[in-house]
Amino acid sequence: MTAPLDVPESAKEAVPEAVVTGVDRKAIQGRSLGQIAWLRLKRDKVAMVGAGVILFLILIAVFAPLIVKWFGHPPLEFHRDMIDQETQVPKDRFGGISWDYLFGVDPQWGRDIFSRVVYGARISLLIAFLATLLSVGIGTILGVTAGFFGGWVDTVISRLMDVFLAFPLLVFAIALAGVVPDTAFGLSGDALRVSLLIFIIGFFNWPYIGRIVRGQTLSLREREFVDAARSLGARGPYIIFREVLPNLVAPILIYSTLLIPSNILFEAALSFLGVGVRPPTPTWGGMLSDAARIYTVPHYAIFPGLAIFLTVLAFNLFGDGLRDALDPRGNR
Amino acid sequence: MMKKPTLAKAALVAALAMGLAACGGTSTQTPPKAGESGKPAVKEEFNAALTGVFNPSTKKGGTLKLANSGDWDSLDPADTYYGYSWNFIRLYGRALMFFPGKPGAEGAKPVPDLAAEAGKPSADFKTWTYTLRDGLKYEDGTPIVAKDVAYAVARAYDKVTFPNGPTYLNDMLNWPKDYKGPYKSKGADFSSAVEAPDDKTVVFHLKEPYSGFDYIVQMSPTIPVPEAKDTGAKYREHVISSGPYMFEKNEIGKGFTLVRNPHWSEAVDPNRPALPDKYEVSTNVNADDMDNRVISGDLHVAIEGTGVQPAALSKILPDPALKARADNITIQRLWYTSINPTVKPFDNKDCRIAVQYAMDKTGYVAAYGGSTGGEIATNLLPPTIPGAQKIDLYPSPEGKGDIAKAKEHLTKCGQPNGFETSVSYRAERPKEKATAEAIKDSLARAGINVTIKPYPLKDYFSSFAGRPSFVVKENLGLVVNGWGSDWPDGYGFLQQITDSRVIREGGGSSNTSVRIPDVDAMLDKARVEADVTKREPMWAEIDKRVMEESVIMPGIWAKSLLVRGKGVTNVLVSDGQQMYDYVAMGVE
Repeated sequence: MTAPLDVPESAKEAVPEAVVTGVDRKAIQGRSLGQIAWLRLKRDKVAMVGAGVILFLILIAVFAPLIVKWFGHPPLEFHRDMIDQETQVPKDRFGGISWDYLFGVDPQWGRDIFSRVVYGARISLLIAFLATLLSVGIGTILGVTAGFFGGWVDTVISRLMDVFLAFPLLVFAIALAGVVPDTAFGLSGDALRVSLLIFIIGFFNWPYIGRIVRGQTLSLREREFVDAARSLGARGPYIIFREVLPNLVAPILIYSTLLIPSNILFEAALSFLGVGVRPPTPTWGGMLSDAARIYTVPHYAIFPGLAIFLTVLAFNLFGDGLRDALDPRGNR
Repeated sequence: MMKKPTLAKAALVAALAMGLAACGGTSTQTPPKAGESGKPAVKEEFNAALTGVFNPSTKKGGTLKLANSGDWDSLDPADTYYGYSWNFIRLYGRALMFFPGKPGAEGAKPVPDLAAEAGKPSADFKTWTYTLRDGLKYEDGTPIVAKDVAYAVARAYDKVTFPNGPTYLNDMLNWPKDYKGPYKSKGADFSSAVEAPDDKTVVFHLKEPYSGFDYIVQMSPTIPVPEAKDTGAKYREHVISSGPYMFEKNEIGKGFTLVRNPHWSEAVDPNRPALPDKYEVSTNVNADDMDNRVISGDLHVAIEGTGVQPAALSKILPDPALKARADNITIQRLWYTSINPTVKPFDNKDCRIAVQYAMDKTGYVAAYGGSTGGEIATNLLPPTIPGAQKIDLYPSPEGKGDIAKAKEHLTKCGQPNGFETSVSYRAERPKEKATAEAIKDSLARAGINVTIKPYPLKDYFSSFAGRPSFVVKENLGLVVNGWGSDWPDGYGFLQQITDSRVIREGGGSSNTSVRIPDVDAMLDKARVEADVTKREPMWAEIDKRVMEESVIMPGIWAKSLLVRGKGVTNVLVSDGQQMYDYVAMGVE
């Protein structure tokens, strides 16, 4: 296992073994493990491209209103003059793609697909990030508690994880989304739908991360530095926050970056099934679901599909790179 | 209740072709109108089979090949509810009454079939007596007697054994208390509902008077079933034929063939030309494949009659040769939006009228795939229902809405700047979703802000949009809705959606918004009016009254697009079937 990232002051002054046995003493500077990981990550071109795409997507999501103002039309605005009223598909070739409508317009109403994809990024990323945060939060707290205290606490939490893992999530999500009224918990409309999705996706994914954290905690608990801290009189909370948690940062980070894309896909699946955010708010999954019916107009499916594909790929590549950087022994 | 999904799907056909009926398609409109029963030969052109008989012929022989993208709910007359099935079943079963094979409106007037003449009502319209023809025989040569009809009606009562069939006779007849059908209530006397005092006479006893009972007995549950041959739920595997064709073999899930019934004769059946020698039916065929085969001539009929798939549509409409083989049929289905006066501010009539003016109905047409999917409706009754009149109380240029008028009515109702409301739709139906989006976009023009709320199709009426308390709680001012009648008559179309007494506090009714005491009284009056010429105008009056109160916003009258098979003769569309009449059809 990796040593603590948060190295105590005293330890930093000690000359690392690697330096002592190094070939050229002067050329080597002392580096923290975080720096080493960062150097490794920087060298991984694929991961950096992934990171670049993620950054780009986040910027798009944040500045969606501006981007749409400059390059598109409001995402809910109908342009029925762009649509052939007989066939309900865009009049112009390639689905009406032009400088005015960068990705063309959607069949039936002629809404700007570019704007809808850009706005869709907001929903997708917001839900994926917050749901991941929720899963990680719950998973870490319960995982550490179970692993560190053991005994009946561990038994209860572990069985709870089993119950959650056995839960038919998709079925539950569909049922819950159908049952929750339009105004609940002081929220309404899109805000309520988004919160609901975050809750469903986040709350039911925690056991995956909880199990990993529990396992790591179990092994960390028995390590020498924890024993040392304990023999110096450190209490539970101190050990958890100063000795155990810092060592969990790497696995949690890796797992989070890999959980985000799966959450994006899950959100898209729910929207595709019509239980996500309500129309006409654009979502990638919802657009795909509409496009599936009108397969004579392929461009309609391509752009939201491409958006999902690129986002998921970027997160996965970055997540892989991050794992390699933080945990080189797990390398292929 | 509503005719099952197929008919709904029919309307959902995606779409093209602008000009159709109104503008007459490609060339000149076919001269013969319905009344002339289409004797003059009709040339091959778009909508040819709507007003006349296309390729008329009396030549017998040949094999008619049909296919179904799914399977029958059941071939049993007690257990089937698809429009195409009620059309096709007449080849192997004869009900008391019959929709004749004539194009247009003539094909929706029931004529006697098993009965020698139309039903004779008692003065109060609560007892209906039918006398059977002489010389009727089953496929095995045994005579058809009146008690077989009574028995067939009684077995159709058992909705546990036969869950799919229509329930009109269950609801209308005076069944004994706790009656469960002839299987569970063995030997129980059901003569209070239907009886056969002799071999030739069937008598029905209704709970409430109804003057249009002939429409009810043309449905499949009055097709006779010999009690000795009845095998309950297994009867579907071999239905004993009373019509011109009988089952040769029947493999459920794959298909079946019908051959001539040697004991049927034209002498006792004036209704059926019985042209082909054989019918070959395959089931569970891919729908797109089926369209292609009908176009190429490999298959004669796509039996569901609900319209071609979007892929075929985009092939047919731009191609003049193919389009000339197509018919765009107005079916008796209205897609509409209920405006609920129980939800504020729709308690004010002017607020309701504002919605009628604000709506751009071309959006409604677009939601259903363009002009081959439906035409703009201005009132409830589809034009092919006898007595229907076009009533346009809230006119606007090209149906695109009149925002100035809408704002005028908003001011009158005290909401000059518009208001907030919600629209519900069935989550599983993309066309209803598109409708909701069109409503939101249209109404925003008048300042009415609409929130879109999907609910599951299954419980749409029982738990959500059809439950009055839920509607108020969730502020569902607008409910996306649709209705198709099971028989072409004003009562069949209007009663379920305009009678306030069908609304139940517990939910379950398609009618969510019409609570007009006048309308209830008018329905009661019309249902006991024996004179057709007096009865039919009454439906239009009810229609107008509902439109005056503005509690329903009509969207479109649905249409479907069918392709005539190659080498098929006697092709016609009647208002009774709203698709090709399979009994009239022959093959070259």
